[in-house]
Amino acid sequence: MQTLTQIRDGLAAGDFSSVEITRDLLDRIAATDGALNAYITVTEAQALQQAEAADRDRAAGNAGPLNGLPLAIKDIFCTDGVRTSCASRMLDNFIAPYDATVIARLRDAGSVMLGKTNMDEFAMGSSNESSHYGPARNPWDRDRVPGGSSGGSAVAVAAGMAPAALGTDTGGSIRQPAAFCGITGLKPTYGRVSRYGMIAYASSLDQGGPMARSAEDCALLLQGIAGFDERDSTSIDREVPDYGARLDDGIDGLRIGLPKQYFAAGLDDGVARVIDAAIDEYRRLGAEVIEVDLPNSGIAIPAYYVVAMAECSSNLSRFDGVRFGHRCDDPKDLEDLYKRSRAEGFGDEVKRRILIGTYALSAGYYDAYYLKAQKLRRLISNDFQSAFERVDLIAGPTTPTPAFPLGDNRDDPVAMYLQDIYTISVNLAGLPAISLPAGFSDGLPVGLQLIGNYFDEARLLNAAHRFQQATDWHLRQPEVTA
Amino acid sequence: MSLKSEEVIAIAHLARLGIEDAAIDDYARDLSRILDLVAEMNTVDTEGVAPMAHPLDAAQRLRPDAITETNQRDKFQSIAPDVEAGLYRVPKVIE
Amino acid sequence: MNWETVIGLEIHAQLATRSKIFSGASTAFGAEPNTQACAVDLGLPGVLPVLNEEAVNMAIKFALAIDAEIGRESVFARKNYFYPDLPKGYQISQFELPIVGRGQVSISLGEGDSRVIGVTRAHLEEDAGKSLHDQFADMTGIDLNRAGTPLLEIVSEPDMRSAKEAVAYARKIHALVQYLGICDGNMQEGSFRCDANVSVRPAGQQELGTRTELKNINSFRFLERAINHEVRRQIEILEDGGRIVQETRLYDAERDETRSMRSKEEANDYRYFPDPDLLPVRIDDARIERIRATLPELPEQKRQRYISELGLSEYNAELLSASREIAAYFEAALAEAEALSVPLANWILGEVTGALNKADLGFDACPVPPARLAGLLRRIDDDTISGKIAKEVFEAMWNGEGDADAIIEARGLRQISDSGELEAMIDAAIAEHPAQVEQFRAGKEKVLGFFVGQIMKQTRGKANPGQVNALLREKLKG
Repeated sequence: MQTLTQIRDGLAAGDFSSVEITRDLLDRIAATDGALNAYITVTEAQALQQAEAADRDRAAGNAGPLNGLPLAIKDIFCTDGVRTSCASRMLDNFIAPYDATVIARLRDAGSVMLGKTNMDEFAMGSSNESSHYGPARNPWDRDRVPGGSSGGSAVAVAAGMAPAALGTDTGGSIRQPAAFCGITGLKPTYGRVSRYGMIAYASSLDQGGPMARSAEDCALLLQGIAGFDERDSTSIDREVPDYGARLDDGIDGLRIGLPKQYFAAGLDDGVARVIDAAIDEYRRLGAEVIEVDLPNSGIAIPAYYVVAMAECSSNLSRFDGVRFGHRCDDPKDLEDLYKRSRAEGFGDEVKRRILIGTYALSAGYYDAYYLKAQKLRRLISNDFQSAFERVDLIAGPTTPTPAFPLGDNRDDPVAMYLQDIYTISVNLAGLPAISLPAGFSDGLPVGLQLIGNYFDEARLLNAAHRFQQATDWHLRQPEVTA
Repeated sequence: MSLKSEEVIAIAHLARLGIEDAAIDDYARDLSRILDLVAEMNTVDTEGVAPMAHPLDAAQRLRPDAITETNQRDKFQSIAPDVEAGLYRVPKVIE
Repeated sequence: MNWETVIGLEIHAQLATRSKIFSGASTAFGAEPNTQACAVDLGLPGVLPVLNEEAVNMAIKFALAIDAEIGRESVFARKNYFYPDLPKGYQISQFELPIVGRGQVSISLGEGDSRVIGVTRAHLEEDAGKSLHDQFADMTGIDLNRAGTPLLEIVSEPDMRSAKEAVAYARKIHALVQYLGICDGNMQEGSFRCDANVSVRPAGQQELGTRTELKNINSFRFLERAINHEVRRQIEILEDGGRIVQETRLYDAERDETRSMRSKEEANDYRYFPDPDLLPVRIDDARIERIRATLPELPEQKRQRYISELGLSEYNAELLSASREIAAYFEAALAEAEALSVPLANWILGEVTGALNKADLGFDACPVPPARLAGLLRRIDDDTISGKIAKEVFEAMWNGEGDADAIIEARGLRQISDSGELEAMIDAAIAEHPAQVEQFRAGKEKVLGFFVGQIMKQTRGKANPGQVNALLREKLKG
């Protein structure tokens, strides 16, 4: 199975065409996805058309930077003329009438969209089990979850059904499934990648990013999507560096901080051993490892869930059965139209979050919940800034355990939320972070998380790439049969 | 912290979410557990801390006052559940 | 018991931007339904708002005109509620930190009486779409063309004590936003809308009574009627020992009554919170000064100039500065007849206003352009025609017969000032009416009028009245 970078080089060398590689991937999807459920929609005809166009462009000397590269797209990005479901019954019939900014950029750069990937409904979940289309399955063990919410994207990449994919990360939704599936996933700095056309879960936390086999591949894909967008007020007008340029730089003297809170009770022993070994690898590569303190990590989960649920309760009000999306049959009046359309269109977890968010914003509770959470957010962010005065990067496990069995946390929302313990602080602070394969525990992949300061994606990718030059965890692949 | 079923009903109405009577108690239980988790926020003193609405301390960018959009009504209404004479339709609203 | 009325107004002024407040769709009025509702206005999944700079500048203009504090960092918030013409299920508005803070305007109540009314705040927000209830038998149609049109909501203090004061305040704001060029002021099209918060309390009581909010008022006349009606209703209830229910009431102009809006009776909980899709709006000194430099002369400044430099009466100065259209008409006419400010003022407030009212037209649609009015007044001033004939000429100009000179020429209305011609007519009249001559000579001054009438009749009003008078006196003395 080739990496994105290898495909790029092969296309450039004329070893194969985009149509050939696209057809191979479509065949593999057809053969294996029945068991894994990574894709909600496979856009076969469109993919082949795009591949043909890419090959023509290359022949004409007009190859864009991502010319002919096949990609999987999380079904949260609006794609003009293609169903964009957010894995919800609410949008099962929603043919997006426009392209998200990142989709337009990927298209203009010459890439090929293979299809739209499975996810937790409206990106609310850590296991992919809240999908209206049924969960995607972990290719390392099909009885286990692939993680979420970008589970389908992670599975597609891990199982060789796409060399790379777009995901989104609100509380760990790129990094956690990347860790569970043994791939590399980067959540960029908030504002680095446009949110226009990415269906909002929690606006102040959401960020799109690349998921791929290696840091090098993530750099290539990030290059294609990063940058200012005048349609997104929260996107940052700041130059995009060449993410490939510094990949091979030495990391001698790199200061890596280990937050003591990330290695405390709750961390699975097997995961801890893998992470310790990875840190040792960094020491061997010349990094200096220092303990740091993130004292407010403990309240990150409640603060995160209040912010996310409050924002989602408002963001999801537009799904009202009037202009698009699911509408109940024969509404007897306006209230019935609203209540039944929304009750039928949304799944349980989405409803829970809307209800809690509505409660947290309602009269008399705003200060105690939302405002309080926003203050805690400041403290959490300050913790990181203090740490970054002493270190260049922060390292730790991406998740407390490897992938858990399907159904394990399905009936216990709070237990599910605790899965996000190491990832959500990063979203609250708006920092970039990467998860990379660091080894295995009982045959399941374990992810190492590296957290950088604002706009320090290049340094993260460099540190991850050096690790991947010295190890081969990222090259391990699950046995996938039909 | 435990939510009463009347509170669940009131919140669901605010959110215009229909919930079946049989499910109200389950919601009350789940939501109460989530609120217990959320209550952990109170273990940290935030006196004098400025709330952080956005990760980056940026200011709103202003867009020039120019018409950049064209009429796409047909495309937008092709995905609408009930449209007639160019209007979206809903059950009669009585004022 | 004596009751005191307390009124505060919430005015929604649509800002005259080309595009919407958060999208690049057109704000033009009257397009086919939903043809000016873009992806952002429709609240499609994934879309995001970006703020229109001109809307911000217009709000700052208003702030400067009412001497208000400007929010150096203002924040957009979401006001959450479900309604079919509110596409996102929330309205982007401002809550805790509005762009315009405390300010004030002075209103004039006639006879030199004036009052200062406080403006609590003004904030930017997006308008909703329109619900059309009559289009279909049992369905409501939704047109979202208006959704996202920028509004400045101007909230007054409860400083007004009568419907008359409320109307004077509303007119003042109406004139101001038009002067500033930030709102077209068209109440029929809904560009300028007033909601009134009305309560009554026993005279002398400090505490405010329970208020009701009156909506759906689309003219100043209805504003006055709606308030008066509501005040009577409240007093009746209180005098019968009842209590006022805090509620929203719709004014029905056809029936001249207000009625409760039952559908909105349930307590609203808008769950305001800062909109995470928008960042704080920061306004620096440079922007404020740039905008200050573009401010036009405002009504109060005009009024004072009309008195001190043009010698107008306070009353005329007040009326001529009351709206941008009338002031513009006056000043355009004045540019063509600089010395004639006082007669111009009288003509504009008399003949012209009367004719416009009769035809239900505004000054911007006056069939007699200001330059032609000035031309007419110059002909009065140089004795070409009398004031009386001028009215005939004005009517002809109104009917589109050309400018004053052309009409005077075509109709032969030039005043007869040739003393030879007049003397001959007078001699003949004296010879014809010896009895009347006797009466005059016996001291009956009134008879002079009889002879003037004779001459005017003969000349069809064109004789110069001053000259006729003087010549008659001389000849009648004998």
